[in-house]
Amino acid sequence: MKKKLMIVLSVFLLLTGIGLTVYGVTKGGFKDVKNKAIRICNECIGIG
Amino acid sequence: MVTDLKKWFVLSKRRYTQLVAAVLYNCNITGFFKGEIYKGPVKGICAPGLNCYSCPGAVLSCPLGSLQSGLVSAKYKFPFYVLGTLILFGLLFGRFICGFLCPFGLFQELIYKIPVPKLKKSRFTRILSYLKYIILMGFVIIIPIVRFEPGFCKYICPAGTAGGAFPLIAVNEKLRPLLGFLFSWKVFVFALILLICMFCFRAFCRFLCPLGALYSLFNPISFFGIKVDHTKCNGCGTCTRNCKMDVKKVCDRECVQCGECIGKCPKGAIGYGAFSIDSRENKNDLKGQ
Repeated sequence: MKKKLMIVLSVFLLLTGIGLTVYGVTKGGFKDVKNKAIRICNECIGIG
Repeated sequence: MVTDLKKWFVLSKRRYTQLVAAVLYNCNITGFFKGEIYKGPVKGICAPGLNCYSCPGAVLSCPLGSLQSGLVSAKYKFPFYVLGTLILFGLLFGRFICGFLCPFGLFQELIYKIPVPKLKKSRFTRILSYLKYIILMGFVIIIPIVRFEPGFCKYICPAGTAGGAFPLIAVNEKLRPLLGFLFSWKVFVFALILLICMFCFRAFCRFLCPLGALYSLFNPISFFGIKVDHTKCNGCGTCTRNCKMDVKKVCDRECVQCGECIGKCPKGAIGYGAFSIDSRENKNDLKGQ
């Protein structure tokens, strides 16, 4: 029973992960991440 | 002498993987000399391990930094892409990423090699391991949403200090006048973590790392990882007894899947495998503690 539940959960999470990633990319998520990452993060290096 | 040198240079497969991962994440070598960060097209891809995107060598993005900056502006645009990537990383590898693909994990393991008295795992360290879930909720999720700032990056992240701040400030003179109290605070936190890591194995991973906390939720169901062969396991607990992490059983939430237990198991019941959810339930819960 537990094994079946785990498998169902894994499949659900796999589909969710793929779905969110694809949806995020279509909504410009990749660009957003890139735009943030190509600038020096002031908080990361202790400025601010 | 020659044997000692050989021993020094002979690295385990895991150590090689950690080194290769750290080099691949940070292969923009020219950035270290120029004091500038990489701005190429792959910077939109999240790395699986903790590696600051403000490190001059970093060619990939930090998943935690990206998640926080996404949550800061979540009111306008939710970070679906980062969330989806994190779910996929967690589901595919779980905390195998911590053991094999995290540069800061490697850094901590090297620091732990400094010969000083070592603190062993105990009930206290097991309780303390829950702290990282509080940090995940508070600094990575709540602070970015409520205060519109990346709480973990700003106040805690030692990878940002070591990988981002130090190399950038060493070369880039324009940044130096901008340093103030926050930088001093981050250096203090980094030094403290470094000090604790000398005495306590992977202290940051065990007690503070929110990325590890996130991946730990996926550890029992990750597609690839450590598995225990039920037919061979006699429940002696040698695996958990010899493990330096706060594990109760192989591949529980605290297991970074380093594989140290594989060689220790007298029955040869432990190994790496894929799609083995059922075999993760072993008999040695707490027996070795």
